[in-house]
Amino acid sequence: MSVWVYGEQKSELGLEGTITRKLEEDLYEVFIGPQHPGSGHMRIIIRIDGDIIVEADPDMGYVHRTMEKLSEGREWIKNVPLFERMAIHDACNVTVSYVMALERILGIEPPPRAKYLRTLLCEINRIAAHLYGFGIFGVFIGHSTMYMWSFADREVMVELAEKLTGARLTHSYPIPGGARRDMPQDFPQAARKAVRYFRRRLDEYRKIFLDNPVTRKRLEGVGIIPKKIAAELGVVGPVARASGIKYDARLAEPYDAYDEVEFEVPVYEEGDALARAWVKFEEIKQSLRIIEQAVDWLEKHPREAPIHERFWAKAPPLWKKVFEAEGRVKLLPLMANLKLPPGRAMARSETARGEIVYYVESDGKTTPYRVRIVSPSARNAIVFKYIAPGYKVMDLPTIYGSIDYFPPEADR
Amino acid sequence: MEGNGGNGGRVYVGNLDKSAKRAKQLVMGKLRMGKAVDWATAFSLWPVHLTTSCCGCEFAATWSPRFDAEQHGALPWVGARQTNMILIEGTVTKKMACAVRVTWEQMPSPKFAIAMGACAIDGGIFYNSYNIVRPWEIIPVDVYIPGCPPRPEAVARAIIELQRKIRKQRVASKWIEEGWRPDREYVKPKEDPCSWWRG
Amino acid sequence: MSLDQARRIAEEALSGIEYRVDEGKGFIEFIVAKENLVEAASRLKKAGFDHVKSLTVVDYKAEDKFKIVYHASSYLNEDLAKAIVGIGTEVPRSNPKVPTLVYVWRSVEFQEREVFEFFGIEFEDHPDLRLLLLAPQIAEKKPLRKDFIVKEEPIIRTKPPTG
Ligand code: SF4
Repeated sequence: MSVWVYGEQKSELGLEGTITRKLEEDLYEVFIGPQHPGSGHMRIIIRIDGDIIVEADPDMGYVHRTMEKLSEGREWIKNVPLFERMAIHDACNVTVSYVMALERILGIEPPPRAKYLRTLLCEINRIAAHLYGFGIFGVFIGHSTMYMWSFADREVMVELAEKLTGARLTHSYPIPGGARRDMPQDFPQAARKAVRYFRRRLDEYRKIFLDNPVTRKRLEGVGIIPKKIAAELGVVGPVARASGIKYDARLAEPYDAYDEVEFEVPVYEEGDALARAWVKFEEIKQSLRIIEQAVDWLEKHPREAPIHERFWAKAPPLWKKVFEAEGRVKLLPLMANLKLPPGRAMARSETARGEIVYYVESDGKTTPYRVRIVSPSARNAIVFKYIAPGYKVMDLPTIYGSIDYFPPEADR
Repeated sequence: MEGNGGNGGRVYVGNLDKSAKRAKQLVMGKLRMGKAVDWATAFSLWPVHLTTSCCGCEFAATWSPRFDAEQHGALPWVGARQTNMILIEGTVTKKMACAVRVTWEQMPSPKFAIAMGACAIDGGIFYNSYNIVRPWEIIPVDVYIPGCPPRPEAVARAIIELQRKIRKQRVASKWIEEGWRPDREYVKPKEDPCSWWRG
Repeated sequence: MSLDQARRIAEEALSGIEYRVDEGKGFIEFIVAKENLVEAASRLKKAGFDHVKSLTVVDYKAEDKFKIVYHASSYLNEDLAKAIVGIGTEVPRSNPKVPTLVYVWRSVEFQEREVFEFFGIEFEDHPDLRLLLLAPQIAEKKPLRKDFIVKEEPIIRTKPPTG
């Protein structure tokens, strides 16, 4: 497949396929969004020649809720629910790296049981978020069956997460030094049942969506990102992996239990919208594997407090009683006075849409000095500017849906 | 007079406003259709696709097969001109406020608003953020849904609550009769929400 | 490859340029003078650090400086991908101007725009330095600087129950 190059001008990157042209008088400017299902809560200003996009300028910030600033005034533990609001359909994945950064500054490691519990929830979230992405993608390309199916099946995973944590979406599950809750007694059966169901179901997904000739016509060869350009633009997650870059934060810097469980990272070479859908599809399969392994491990090992000794030793007997009876850790008073030693840490984790990076700086107070978040969608937003030119206007929703752009996360 | 349909075509000229007024009087007064109007409006609510924040996740789930809010007579629609209800999903930022107001003004009356999530009530977890506005400063809100995020059942409940309100308080028919919402002032934002765009 | 090996590679690439090493947990930073920033960054890129993960700016108000660090890593070299190496500089708060690194790493283009609106730091020669997230009225206040303060409700601390 060749890259469609528009115009004569040499690109600033010096690479093919990223060429844009200056606005001329006979071009039209079209504002897409923010009130439009084809653009979510962002606006893309495009200039078109006929129906070919010549220039695209993403206008973000419609959901900028100032998380970086607010975090500077809030206690360490209160920031977990705050950052979760970036991507509530993927709550555990986006907060786990913040918690990891805190643990690095504190110099503690969570107990193995907590690691497995977090891994379990991360993978449940990943599947739910991928299905969410598929559903929205389906709406964008006019495939309502896909929306209906994936949102119906997503509920299976959301129910599992609810069983484990008590909340449908905003779990606030990882806390510095461990996890908030142990799994209920009947969780393993439910998880295995869900995995069995999904295995069967995924085959049908492939048939109606990925192998469907209509879908393939709309996705093949749209939004191609060659490997070299993908690395240059610094795209992350399924977008990078669909372009042949084998990068996954779970591999590069294994956190939680990812160095103990077995899984593969699917990589495709084509770099188009279809390849991105395939990457997500294959990732769901791998996540199912991880869920099974995590549940097995948790079942085999005795139940103990999923929180670090340092905090657990301080807890009064009442809380130990609560844990024994209900399997949950009483949280706030244990953590509210948490003070971190001065220090700086960085941590990354792999969310469903790509890698998220936290930079945390502490000056020894109960609140952070600075937290810098770079979310996957923020890094992928550059795709609109450099990849969309050259494609038709109707391909824009396809590109948008295929990179699984989630504005609240991009704007923070 | 020659019409554009060829020989014998006719164009009737009249005062449209006057005729509309008389038709309204006939329907609402003599034929007593007010109740029917309320009933019909209550079961054809069309929320507009304006996803303002992360509550949109549950908004999407509300219309998914499991919760199926379409059974209550509401279905999200694309164009603002074809809708009569706005469902604000959570936080409204300063930039988004402009879009909310523009969309609200584009919608034909009678129109209704539901504010979803703690953020839409009083800021929620972002109560002290420098970049958000309260939705009730921009548009008049009929029903609030607490929760962060509210469960899909709560959203469905809010729709039913709104329907009850329309039928009990006869909101839609009164709006048509009097030309405006009697039970609440037509909220005009104090500041122009779009000032950032022009300024 | 561990962080130490990545550090050695980066040190080799930076030989001849004066730098200071700042270590953190999980990453390492090389702080150079403003004039050497572009040169140092291009050498790092040649050594294999092909994209920037995070453009991190911290406002040290007490010391009257901004610290601007580009935390880079690699995609194409799987070994280097395991480390995060930062290259950065410090500028005084009164005159926050740095040369842009867009022409070295295209992946920082949007992040530089973001830093520009939140801190008011100007990137010289940036091809498209406009506001990205904020409305102009708010961007004027430079919200992420430490002298912009948002009020916060204090947490109510109760004594943990005993027994
Ligand atoms: S109420 Fe909660 S879920 Fe809804 S927009 Fe606000 S933070 Fe997000």
